[in-house]
Formats: sequence, structure tokens, C-alpha cells
Amino acid sequence: MFNIAQTKCVPLQNINIFIKVDMSNIIRIKKGLNINLIGEAEKIIKELSTDQYALKPTDFIGVFPKLLVKEGDVVKAGSPLFTDKTRENILFTSPVSGVIQEIKRGAKRVVLEVKIVSDGKNGHVLFGTADPKKLEKAAITEKMLASGVWPLVRQRPYSVIANPDDEPKAIFVSAFDSAPLAPDNSFVVQGETEAFQKGLDALSRLTKGTVHLNLDANHSNSKVFENFKGVQINRFAGPHPAGNVGVQINKIDPINKAEVVWYLYPQDVVLIGRLFLTGTFDATRVIALTGPEVLKPVYYKTKIGAAIHNFIHGNVSNSEKRFISGNVLTGNKIGSDGYVGFYSSQLTVVKEGNYHEFLGWALPGFNKFSFSRSFPTFLFKNKKYDLDTNIHGGHRALVMTGQFEKVFPFNIYPMQLLKAIMVEDIDMMEKLGIYEVDEEDFALCEVIDTSKTDIQEVVRKGLDLMRKEMS
Amino acid sequence: MKFLRDFLDKQKPQFGKGGRFEKLHSTFDAFETFLFVPNKTTSSGAHIRDAIDLKRTMSFVILAMMPALLFGVWNVGYQHFLSLGQSPGFWPMVYYGLGKVLPIIAVSYIAGLGAEFVFAQIRGHEVNEGYLVSGMLIPLVMPVDIPLWMVAVACIFAVVIGKETFGGTGMNVFNPALLARAFVFFAYPAKITGDTIWIGGLSKPEGVVDAFSGATPLSNAAAGAMEKIPDFYDLFFGFIPGSIGETSKFAILLGAIVLVVTGIGSWRIIVSSLLGGVSMSLIFNLFAANEYMKIDPMTQIMMGSFLFGTVFMATDPVTASQTTRGKWIYGFLIGFFAIMIRVFNPAYPEGTMLAILLMNAFAPLIDFYVVEANIKKRLKRALTGVKPLKQN
Repeated sequence: MFNIAQTKCVPLQNINIFIKVDMSNIIRIKKGLNINLIGEAEKIIKELSTDQYALKPTDFIGVFPKLLVKEGDVVKAGSPLFTDKTRENILFTSPVSGVIQEIKRGAKRVVLEVKIVSDGKNGHVLFGTADPKKLEKAAITEKMLASGVWPLVRQRPYSVIANPDDEPKAIFVSAFDSAPLAPDNSFVVQGETEAFQKGLDALSRLTKGTVHLNLDANHSNSKVFENFKGVQINRFAGPHPAGNVGVQINKIDPINKAEVVWYLYPQDVVLIGRLFLTGTFDATRVIALTGPEVLKPVYYKTKIGAAIHNFIHGNVSNSEKRFISGNVLTGNKIGSDGYVGFYSSQLTVVKEGNYHEFLGWALPGFNKFSFSRSFPTFLFKNKKYDLDTNIHGGHRALVMTGQFEKVFPFNIYPMQLLKAIMVEDIDMMEKLGIYEVDEEDFALCEVIDTSKTDIQEVVRKGLDLMRKEMS
Repeated sequence: MKFLRDFLDKQKPQFGKGGRFEKLHSTFDAFETFLFVPNKTTSSGAHIRDAIDLKRTMSFVILAMMPALLFGVWNVGYQHFLSLGQSPGFWPMVYYGLGKVLPIIAVSYIAGLGAEFVFAQIRGHEVNEGYLVSGMLIPLVMPVDIPLWMVAVACIFAVVIGKETFGGTGMNVFNPALLARAFVFFAYPAKITGDTIWIGGLSKPEGVVDAFSGATPLSNAAAGAMEKIPDFYDLFFGFIPGSIGETSKFAILLGAIVLVVTGIGSWRIIVSSLLGGVSMSLIFNLFAANEYMKIDPMTQIMMGSFLFGTVFMATDPVTASQTTRGKWIYGFLIGFFAIMIRVFNPAYPEGTMLAILLMNAFAPLIDFYVVEANIKKRLKRALTGVKPLKQN
């Protein structure tokens, strides 16, 4: 079903230099689904000025925050805000210089947001410039941990922040995002190639294995990524989830029990590169404002954790809306006064779907989106949709079979794995391949599911259970 | 539709917790969601969802059964007047057919849905749509002269014993509609076997044409009366006696097209089941120990309920194999056993029902071995460190 890019790689001792990458082999993903939504961001980058930022501990799976600041403290970009109680070497640092405005807590005093008001002065903590090629792994991790860029490196299985002491068998960077309305990474990384290469250099010192840079085979704009050194370049073609790193790992170097793979997003590689180039935590990030309810969808240059108020002010429709940090498949719901998530480079705005629809299940539905062929819209493959958050039905037992398999490009039985998770059969979960998957890999299954089961929640439960069991 | 919505919103509290009609909550909910798709929005995971739900899925299955039902209604009338030696034209035949078939459908839905609603209320969940399909399938697999009370008992049996005891829709092991038929078959064999029950009014033979036989093609075949088997044209279009919905292969194939195009019925099961039936027929042809074994595969498939069972019963996703590979095996064995049982069973000349029920029981086992193969490959990969597994 697919070809693995046969790479003739000759690692010279510990220095990862690859002689030649075979460009002709493309890994084709056949199963999947592209959901075409209205509201793709136009390729313009605007500067966004806001003085409101927040870091949200809830963005980090399995992290129990231990606060290192209190309200009123003055911080610089790179000053630690909190750490993880279970792994105190991992620091979460401020993206801007300014004052801690508020520490927002939720039920049981859980820390939800550490809010910072920027002073606009761009004061930075200095961590020192360095050439990562000349540093040992320990020196690199130390720098990354201290500056707060380490949390950008995550691991599979479980999608938690990588453990710096682990020995990952490979590091994966998916250079393209295939999710609905996702930002064009080649557009975003353009002009940051020096930092991107530096970031890759640092990553290649963190593993004895290979650093994989996975490109979209169809995208002429992948050119930006073609010439990076020290990595293995793989090409993927096909519908979403071809851009999901989980799918790419599965096709290139699948995870077996007790193995760990690290992964990052392209913009985060740039951030790591900047750390080594400038010696500072420069949290600048380009965010795509997308979705059917956005009047003028464009890209914004801002910083990690920016308040969304200034993005959306005067640029969204008047209907009742949902703001999503991320894409419509895997993003998090935030309020209109919320903040962009730590890992997000996209903000999506769609209509809320809290309406009753008279005989909605029986009418032809000329505007309805469905993967099934039970609505006439299946005849128009390129139709763009204005979708809302209505579930379109009630929760039911899992009746239909063979549907998930059509959008799930893993050699894993999705339904059987889900049922193993539901009954908490740890042994079966492991046998059926839970280490290879993540919530986001099941997002399309969840979208097309007739029974309206919250599948990503089930998968998360399974992964959490597994992690607890294995630790 | 605003007045209707307003009316429902006004009544809703009465059916909620502590309301006057709390005990009818599930019933109210079923009717409300029938009229209006709920206003519920996504709370976790993907923010957008497919427009399809179980109601739409099931309504397409019912739509797929419509050609078979409509033809069945006409054919009931046609066969009846044929037995009387009359030919009063199209509409009288349809009226007669409606008079026979509609009460069976009504009883099936009232009895079956009644049991469903009671269970949903007791167990405190929403009413599942599964019975909308079962309730239509049951009349289609019944002989036209079946007493209505038997239909009611069979439907309640199917819902209570066949489905709810296993945990409701989605959990049942056996196809409920087939179970209803099997129940009648074993509990009241006189009403579902023989040559007189397939034609309306024939069990009370008044005014029947001399020497008229109500025998189905299958019972003729079992009796070795090969010359009495109708020609291909009659078999295909269904101008023959039989259960209400099974006679017209043409109408059933129309339904199959609806199921396959919408992707709601598994084409793999339909195709593999046909393959299984043809294989068994060919094997029989090879031995040809009696007249029944000599029947060519095409005629075998055109007789009896083979096609109906294959298209509407074997494809039931709950009771079929769930894996792609498993579906091929499951379907093939249904076709294979259906013809085998049909030919070998001395007591009854049809085997589709029993073959499907048998394979319903084995479907989980088939899946077990299919999934086990995947597990073994994954284990092997972990041990040898070789490259990725092939796709399923």
C-alpha cells in the first residue's frame, strides 16, 4: 500500500550526515478525508499588537503545575512561570516581558491560566548563543530546559512532554499540516530558514537515530523545506491525516512497546533555532486566523499565548460563535476572551450549532457535510462547507462497522482498539497497538461516527490509563 | 415549524425529572428527536460532526426495502387472485395486498416498538432506531397468512430475548428479525411450512382453481418436481409464491443498489455471500446425486430467500463480522451453508435463515482470528524490529 523512502544513509559515527535522499519515493496515504471548510487564511502576515498573554497549564498533558511566580511579579521573556511537580527540571517560561496580572484558577484550585501583561519592552533573559553542532546532548537539553523551549518537544506514545533523559529512537517533524484550514507551514517558515536549520541541528544531537522531516509531496511550496541538512526527508501524499505525525511515524518507523519517538511542529523548530542563534526565548509565532465566521482570514505574527481579543475584534460575524485554538478536529474550545494555546498555530471560528432542525435526518440536505453517501453533497467533492458545532443526532451504541477503517490509515483495527479501551483491557490495548496512536489520529473517526461517540476522549482515557500503568 | 417547536418546548418539562409524565421520558424523547434533530453541540473532541446519524442510516435501509415491500403487496394480491383463477386488474390486487400486509406491518411496529419503549424507559436510555428496520424486515419474511397474534409474539420475543437481554441495539448476537422468524418457525411450524400458507386465503380453500398448487419453487425443487419450477423470468421478477418481500429478486437488487451506493450495507458481504452460494451449488452440480443437486447456481440463487437474506439480513452490521477480512469469510460461509442446508434439510427446503443465524454465532470467532493475525504481526515486528506492517 505504501513505499518507504529508501534512504541510503551513512551516519558517520555520531554525526548525522546523510549522503543522499532518494527523492522519487513517495509514501501514499489512501485512507483519510479532507474536509473543505470556508475561511482559509489569505497569505498575508499582519503584525498583531496585544499586551495580554497567558500560559495555560491545561495545554500540557499530564503536567501538574507548581507555580514559581505570584501576581504582581515582574518577568522577562524566558523567566520561569511554573514547573511540573513530577518533573521539576521542566520549566514553563514567559513568552514576553511584563507583569503577572492574574493567576486564574478553576474548580479545586486547578491553575487554568497564568496571565501576563506585556510591558512592550521585549526584555529577555539571556541564555547565551551557541552552535548546537558543537554541543553535547546534555548541554543542549540544559539550555532548552532553562529557556522554556523544552515543552515544545513531545513524545509518542501519549503525546506528553518528552523526558530529557530518554533516548528517542527517532525525532519526527511534520512540515505540513493536513487538517482543515491548517496554516501553510512553508509560507510560515519562509524567511526563518536559518533558525529552522539551527533547530534541526540541535534536534539531531538529541537522538542517536534519525531526524525525519516529512514533506507534502503535492505541495510545490514544500521547496522551503527541501534543502535542510542533517535530516532524512520523506514525502507524503494523500488526504488528511497524512500530515499527522502519528501516521508518518507509523509508516516510517513504527513505535513498539517501550520505544519512544519525539516530535515537534515546524514553527517550534524555529523557536529552538532562535534560542541558539540569539540566546533568548523568542516566542514569536505566526498564527492563522481561519474559519467560516472570520470576515478576513489572514495570518498574524504574534507570540505564544496571545489573547485572541485583538485578532477577532471587528473581524468576525455577529452570529453565536465558537472560538477554537487549533483546528476544528483537535483544537480546544476557548472563550472570546481566551488565549491561543501553547502548541497552536491556528485559530478557527465556527458557528455554534445549538438549534433544533425539523426532520433534519430525513430531508435531502443539500448543504450538509457527510462522509457517507447518504446526502447529495457526496457528488460534489470540492464543495466548501460552512459547518457548525451541532452533533446532528443523538448518542447511540456503536452499530455501524467498517466506517472508521476508511479514514484511519494505520494497520490497526480502530473499532476493536476503542472497545478494548472502553472496557479498560490493558493487555488488549497494548496488543492492538495503542502505543502508535493518539487522540488526533482518531479525530476523523469521531467526525464521521454515526453513533456520535466522543472517540478522542475515549482514546485519551486509554492513553492516560496506559501511561499510569507503565510508570 | 415554530409552533411545533414551541409546543414541544412547553411540554418537555412534564416529561423531565420530577414531571407528571416522567415515566414516558424515553417515549417523548423518541418523538421529539424524530421531529427535530437535537440542538446538542460538541463538547469534546472534534468540533464539527458528520450530518449522518443512526436515524438517517436506518431510514436508508427502510428505503432500500421499499421496492421489495411494494412488489410484495402487489404480488400478494396477484397470487391470491391467481389461485381463484381471476385477474381483476392492478388496483384490486394492490388493495387486497394492502389489506393483508398493512396489518402485519402495523402489528410488528406496535408490538416491537412498544417493547423497545418500555425497555428504554426502564434502562433510562434513548430509544434506538434499530427496530425501525427490524419492524419492517419481520413482515417481509413472514408468509402472508400468518396470524397477527403470532407476529406480535414473535416481535416481542425478538426485541426482549433477541436484543434487550444482550444489552440493546448494537449488542445483540443474532439478527432480531431473523430471530422473530426462527421463533415462529420452531414454535408454530404449521404456520410457516407447507404449500398453502404462502398465498392469501389459500389455507381456507374456497373457490380455488382445481389442481392449483401454492407450492413455492423451493418446495417443488425439494420434492423433485423440477418441471414445476418457474422460468428465470418469473423467478427474477418474482411472480411466485413466497414470503411477502422475498419473491422479486429485481426489487431486492434495487434495494441492494441503495445500500451499496450509500455505503450503508457492506458490498463485501453481499458479493462474498453470492460467491459462497455459487460455490456450493457448483459443488452439488459436480456430485449431482439427486435432482435438487443438479439445479444450476443461477436458479439456486434466484429461488427462495437467498437474495433477500444476503442483501438485508447478512449485512446487518451488528451481527455480522466487523473486520473487512472477516466480512468476506462471513458472507462466503452464509452463502455456502444456505445452499447446503437448503438441499440437505429434509424437513424444510430453505436454509438462508438458519445459515445466517449460524454465522451470526460465528461472526465474533471469525473476527477474533482476523484480529489475532494483526496482533501477531505487531508482536513479530516488535521482536524483529522490521519495517511497518502492511495495511489491513
